[in-house]
Amino acid sequence: MSVEQPGATDPLVIRNFSIIAHIDHGKSTLADRMLQQTGVVDPRQMRAQYLDRMDIERERGITIKSQAVRLPYVGGDGIDYVLNMIDTPGHVDFTYEVSRSLAACEGAVLVVDAAQGIEAQTLANLYLALENDLAIVPVLNKIDLPAAQPDKYAAELAKIIGCDPDDVLRISAKTGLGVPDLLERIVRDIPPPIGNPDAPARALIFDSVYDTYRGVVTYVRVIDGRIATRDKVRMMATGEVHELLEVGVISPEPVPSKGIGVGEVGYLITGVKDVRQSRVGDTVTTSQHGATEALGGYRDPMPMVFSGLYPIDGSDYPELRDSLDKLKLNDAALVYEPETSLALGFGFRCGFLGLLHMEIVRERLEREANLDLISTAPNVIYRVISDDGSEIVVTNPSEFPTQKISKIFEPIVRATVILPTEFVGTVMELCQQRRGSLLGMDYLSEERVELRYTLPLAEIVFDFFDHLKSRTRGYASLDYELQGEQEADLVKVDILLHGDAVDAFSAIVHREKAMAYGVMMTAKLKELIPRQQFEVPIQAAIGARVITRETIRAIRKDVLAKCYGGDISRKRKLLEKQKEGKKRMKMVGRVEVPQEAFIAALSTSDSPKK
Amino acid sequence: MPSLPPEGEQPPSDGSLPPSALSSVGTRPFGIYLHVPFCNTRCGYCDFNTYTATELSGDVRRDTFGEVLQSEVAFAREITGPVEVDTVFVGGGTPTLLGAESLVRLLDEIRGQYGLAAGAEVTTEANPDTVDQAMLDRLRAGGYTRISFGVQSAASSVLRILERTHTAGNAQRAIAMARAAGFEHVSADLIIGTPGETDEDLEASLDLVVGSGVDHVSAYSLIVEAGTPLARRVQRGEIPMPDDDTAAHRYEMVDDALAASGFAWYEVSNWARPGGECRHNVNYWASHDWWGVGPGAHSHIGGVRWWNERHPSTYAARLAGGHSPAQGRERLTPDQQHMETVMLALRMASGLPISAVPATGHSPVEVEREGERGVEGGLGSAVGTGSVIARLADDGLVDPHAAAAGVLVLTRRGRLLADAVIRDLLD
Repeated sequence: MSVEQPGATDPLVIRNFSIIAHIDHGKSTLADRMLQQTGVVDPRQMRAQYLDRMDIERERGITIKSQAVRLPYVGGDGIDYVLNMIDTPGHVDFTYEVSRSLAACEGAVLVVDAAQGIEAQTLANLYLALENDLAIVPVLNKIDLPAAQPDKYAAELAKIIGCDPDDVLRISAKTGLGVPDLLERIVRDIPPPIGNPDAPARALIFDSVYDTYRGVVTYVRVIDGRIATRDKVRMMATGEVHELLEVGVISPEPVPSKGIGVGEVGYLITGVKDVRQSRVGDTVTTSQHGATEALGGYRDPMPMVFSGLYPIDGSDYPELRDSLDKLKLNDAALVYEPETSLALGFGFRCGFLGLLHMEIVRERLEREANLDLISTAPNVIYRVISDDGSEIVVTNPSEFPTQKISKIFEPIVRATVILPTEFVGTVMELCQQRRGSLLGMDYLSEERVELRYTLPLAEIVFDFFDHLKSRTRGYASLDYELQGEQEADLVKVDILLHGDAVDAFSAIVHREKAMAYGVMMTAKLKELIPRQQFEVPIQAAIGARVITRETIRAIRKDVLAKCYGGDISRKRKLLEKQKEGKKRMKMVGRVEVPQEAFIAALSTSDSPKK
Repeated sequence: MPSLPPEGEQPPSDGSLPPSALSSVGTRPFGIYLHVPFCNTRCGYCDFNTYTATELSGDVRRDTFGEVLQSEVAFAREITGPVEVDTVFVGGGTPTLLGAESLVRLLDEIRGQYGLAAGAEVTTEANPDTVDQAMLDRLRAGGYTRISFGVQSAASSVLRILERTHTAGNAQRAIAMARAAGFEHVSADLIIGTPGETDEDLEASLDLVVGSGVDHVSAYSLIVEAGTPLARRVQRGEIPMPDDDTAAHRYEMVDDALAASGFAWYEVSNWARPGGECRHNVNYWASHDWWGVGPGAHSHIGGVRWWNERHPSTYAARLAGGHSPAQGRERLTPDQQHMETVMLALRMASGLPISAVPATGHSPVEVEREGERGVEGGLGSAVGTGSVIARLADDGLVDPHAAAAGVLVLTRRGRLLADAVIRDLLD
């Protein structure tokens, strides 16, 4: 039996690693190159970004769902190795998923663009890897670029990791230059997995993907024992028991095997249809003679950002519901419930891990289900304690109590910004405006600084990133992770149209920012809402107290004078057109508001032009 | 000229009408409109179907065009069969460019083919620049009873923006000559709300028309029609877009001044001294029957509307070949007829009988009275017509007394918001 046979691989020849890289720094290209150089993919079948399966990932150049590929590799020492490359999601909202992927590894390849240097998210993931005691293989990619400054960024990397600049590999994933050296370094520097083959089976779920044909495909790393086909397995956090229909490895297409053992990485198929039944971070064991103690670190996915999603065409509501139901099968973090808005009709209140998660969900709904959607301004989750000590969790401004509030808590994050030194002043000013408090500042090099702040999450979800980019001409990168909560003086601002609150525009904001929000929204709506047959006040109010007001003057003339001799048809057609237009109006009390006005008012394009 | 998009159905080339439509002929007033598609110069705001000499090719000549129109009158008579004509209206373009003899021969053709009803109203439009006493005398003697002058404004600055060639003095003289010629009715058209027009300008215009002794005034707000030179000048920023608030204010000025001089509104944009109403136009608005003769002219008989080829050459060629000059037509559905009734009748002082409004509307509006707000939101609560009307009355858009008597009559505020009222009623 070959040592490469899944289920019978000596842990000593296994190397489990992740690639940590920023979007566009070349992770997918590097993965492609490794597939080629280890010969696991036939050159004729090779296509760019082979591992990123979803179109959306390929187009955006980001990886949402990680995968694990088993690469057979003959080392320079002549030994047959098995490299398990575990891909990681590359964005801030998926920190937890990243941490589970890293927990499945003994090492990480840190890939940094030799023309750009390390970015905040990469740095954050690097810290995660270091916390997990992973061996780090630092790599500068794209050294073939004219703008590459490998010496400078090698020094920067060496300083961050605490290694010698000469230890930083210089490669070009595009041309393949340096990739053989990298493979050797992986074998040399990353330790093999250690586990007890005789102990009860324990495998860490680091990814769980819904497949239309196979149901949920669960990716695991075996820590102890062995998992074999036709075992009954138990998910230790949820307690669910499933029959194992198939076990295998991805190399790079699925290869079924009889089982997988200590240190191995593979997939399980149990026939379940919902990723919630097979959760990232959970421990898989056998149902008989199973482990009693789960691997640490499991956490329920917790939506932190909420937004209303509405079809622009109300008749698309059932399709939106079906599409969300479908998406949910593959997205354990997505939560939603039906919601009705006066302004926007029927839709869903959705909870997301963060802003990117929200964007991805929305984009997939729009693209895969061909839906036109409008989303309300995102808000975070609040904990409100009333005078009598009872507590409610607010995920929607409409749930915000209007009185007898004793304390309000909002989530805060620890944010890291990496930026050129010249922008430090303006970024600190921005963070200050967003109620941030400085935790620290480090020079990564003479030109680049790392700023660390505590910021309310609410301040970040509201166009913070746009402002950050525009203030730094695109050179800043941001990462943040949840850091608990803080008490804050928050109020709900309602926007009233002719006396009626427009639910979609209510917002929970810091008391000091209530006026600014009110002024901004009322001014915007004044521009967007056509004049009516009567005067329409637009007010911003906290409870019953109006804080600012605009007025739309009554329209005085709405009549087409000319009747064009006998051309009655033309006038009738004009009227038919006007009636069509009126049908698209939403009524807020007696005020006719074009749907476009709501959409325009909800778009956050008031941020500075980039 | 931008041409109309090809809508409606293809009309039969023999011009025949369905029997249901023909059966209406003679049961109600019958009119003939004649379109003269010529102008000396084109005014910048105008998107009517009219051509200057340089815009026409050799096969269409002003001096023989009257005969082409006459041939359509004969064609019309073949289709409609005999019926006395109650009103004739020659419009344009600039009808007076045909010359008095040609206009009289046209009327003679109608007399010969159809015959005029006793007391028939026979109107021609005229440009103050293109008439003299002899011409007006000839028209009057030839049977024309009414003349309508495009005065537009008394202010030379406004006339310049409109690219009109006449002066306030011309207009005044032309009206005086028409009265001297013995026309029963003389009308003046005004354009209000032209960018640059001041209140004083409009006062001067109103003084002119009231003082000149006309018995009918039409006042239209300037509309910037797509494709006109005016639209291009507005787009280039040379002229500001006419402002609706200003237009509303000017409309009120017109209404005040004319009311003070014994005129009453009988249609949103038309005022007359008693007996001075234009019967021909009233026939349009009452959806009676008329045949529109000439390029681009519109006709309506018994629920069928059609319109002619717009270009004079195409138009003339169709007739010369013995074919109907119609380019498109539509047979109105009951819904469309109802819509037109609401849209047209509501614009008139005689009003819209409440019985003509459908019994159950699905209006999203809710009744809101002083100090009390309906508790139902705006989520499409079905409210009957009665409450729509009550709200229109409460909002001061329709006359509550007339409404109590079963007729919807617009107040002055309602006239200025007529389209909105119509939309509410058609919901």
